[in-house]
Amino acid sequence: MRKKDFDVIVVGAGPAGLAAAYVLAKAGVDVIIIERGKFPGAKNVMGGIFYRKPMDDLIPEFYKEAPVERHIIEQRMWFMDDVSHFSMGIRTQKHNSEPYNCFSVLRAQFDKWFSKKVVEAGALLINETVVTEPIVEDGKVVGVRTDRPQGDLYADCVIAADGVQSFLAKSLGLRKKITPDKVALGVKEIISLSEEQVNDRFGVKDVNEGVTIEITGPFLKGMEGMAWIYTNKSSVSIGIGVIIDDLIKHNMNPNDLLESLKSHPSVLPLIEGGETMEYLAHVIPEGGYKSIPKMYTDGFMVAGDAAMLVDSVHREGSNLAVESGKLAARTYLEAKEAGDFSEKTLSRYQDKLEETFVLQDLKYYRNLPELLEEKRYLLTEYPQFLIDAMVEIYTVDGTPKPEKFRKIKDELKNRFGYVGLAKDLYTIWRKLR
Amino acid sequence: MKKLRIEDKLYLVGYNVDHEYSHLGISDPEVCKTCEKKQCTYVCPASVYTWDEKEQKININYDACLECGTCRFACDYITWKYPRGGFGVAYKFG
Ligand SMILES: Cc1cc2nc3c(=O)[nH]c(=O)nc-3n(C[C@H](O)[C@H](O)[C@H](O)COP(=O)(O)OP(=O)(O)OC[C@H]3O[C@@H](n4cnc5c(N)ncnc54)[C@H](O)[C@@H]3O)c2cc1C
Ligand code: SF4
Ligand code: SF4
Repeated sequence: MRKKDFDVIVVGAGPAGLAAAYVLAKAGVDVIIIERGKFPGAKNVMGGIFYRKPMDDLIPEFYKEAPVERHIIEQRMWFMDDVSHFSMGIRTQKHNSEPYNCFSVLRAQFDKWFSKKVVEAGALLINETVVTEPIVEDGKVVGVRTDRPQGDLYADCVIAADGVQSFLAKSLGLRKKITPDKVALGVKEIISLSEEQVNDRFGVKDVNEGVTIEITGPFLKGMEGMAWIYTNKSSVSIGIGVIIDDLIKHNMNPNDLLESLKSHPSVLPLIEGGETMEYLAHVIPEGGYKSIPKMYTDGFMVAGDAAMLVDSVHREGSNLAVESGKLAARTYLEAKEAGDFSEKTLSRYQDKLEETFVLQDLKYYRNLPELLEEKRYLLTEYPQFLIDAMVEIYTVDGTPKPEKFRKIKDELKNRFGYVGLAKDLYTIWRKLR
Repeated sequence: MKKLRIEDKLYLVGYNVDHEYSHLGISDPEVCKTCEKKQCTYVCPASVYTWDEKEQKININYDACLECGTCRFACDYITWKYPRGGFGVAYKFG
């Protein structure tokens, strides 16, 4: 008989690992979840907007007891240059009643709560322990080595939910080298304000309603990135994520960038007078569909950020993590039934992911990272044109309207050329097809 | 609003410093001498890496590390491991 301490070892107590362990524990599986932080969440950073659906399937109405900050009723998108921003957005009462669409959360608190549910469901959680490598016998993953004395653990199956660094998938040769053009660094601050200040500044009725603002455009000086401001109960999360390769090329320090965002005339009034409570940083995998590693091998599956499952267009990651963790666990349950943890059986995990939004969304945007790499100007020049055109239209200076519109049309032609414009539109259409 | 320097912000972060073991290193410090951009010195959000002109080497102030992972992707010569279990950054809010 092979050594076996547990049925399943889950590495990493982020949303992916916790979701996997929850499903397994509920099904009566003997599961251990190993986390390197002092507690789950201690190392984890996100914007952070948490989407309800995948989690609600797992723990119905979780938001009634989980430490969520505000449910989001309005989402704004800003195109911003150094002195202006053009705003679009959607506020809807459809997102202002249960079961809600999404929530702002603080991950150190949210993950800790989620881990309590996982332990209540019957999983064993071990904190302050780093998994250093997988244990492989006869080409099969049979366990993990940890940095504890006598820290080898054996199981039928290992689920790697160890986040973007994913040393496990790497050491098994499942993934390619991650290059700095495929990852962004996100830096963030949590700035305290009173509940009333948040309500007034973002125009919401009470402490339960929240707003998100996503910001891109020429203020990023041609770097690919996105800034955000999210309302918490009595603070805002403000941050900016930029592709690491762009930071290197532009000799840019991320904190300088964050400080210039905070002092922008459109942003400052929203945070003025607040105290910074915490400063955080974490990388985000942004390579999309084409960067996804092989997600399974004998006795092993990869979930969440470790499998690069982030949809950077819609700033979704935690929901893909929960969904993938859940599906990895369900695949294990089927494998257990069959008594077979081979690569062939576990490949059902990939099939399952393909049937859901996770791989379908990522597949849809598969060409986007390359497109933006080739055509960085799409992120600056078109937004700049939009801002300039809006300023022109809204400036009443005696210029007759027909002349204004002619001027805007001429600008369009001068800046892009009609052929260039048509080409860009065609390329975007083709890449998203 | 006052501009905050990285040093000011790091005061706000909780750490459990490992005094015995640095999780960061450089595999071939000779390379640093001729490294043109020295990107480690500016892409790190915690200013962990600084160039010591006199000693002609990079100093690594590992106990300020936020474990974001950026330097690992920004330079192939940086050897990056997780701090030992329980050590390193511990966010209150996240
Ligand atoms: C700045 C930023 C903003 C973001 N904003 C959003 C947002 O608004 N909405 C959204 O949905 N997503 C957002 N994301 C993405 C989202 O945070 C991730 O997709 C999500 O956290 C992935 O979950 P995970 O469980 O796969 O990985 P993680 O949350 O990274 O969890 C991995 C866990 O494993 C532990 N671990 C890692 N290696 C080991 C090891 N060897 N041994 C033991 N433990 C280990 C870690 O400590 C950690 O707890 C953002 C990400 C960043 C960085
Ligand atoms: S650590 Fe890397 S980036 Fe920094 S100086 Fe050395 S070679 Fe250059
Ligand atoms: S992991 Fe991040 S914070 Fe730590 S040294 Fe590298 S870049 Fe700096």
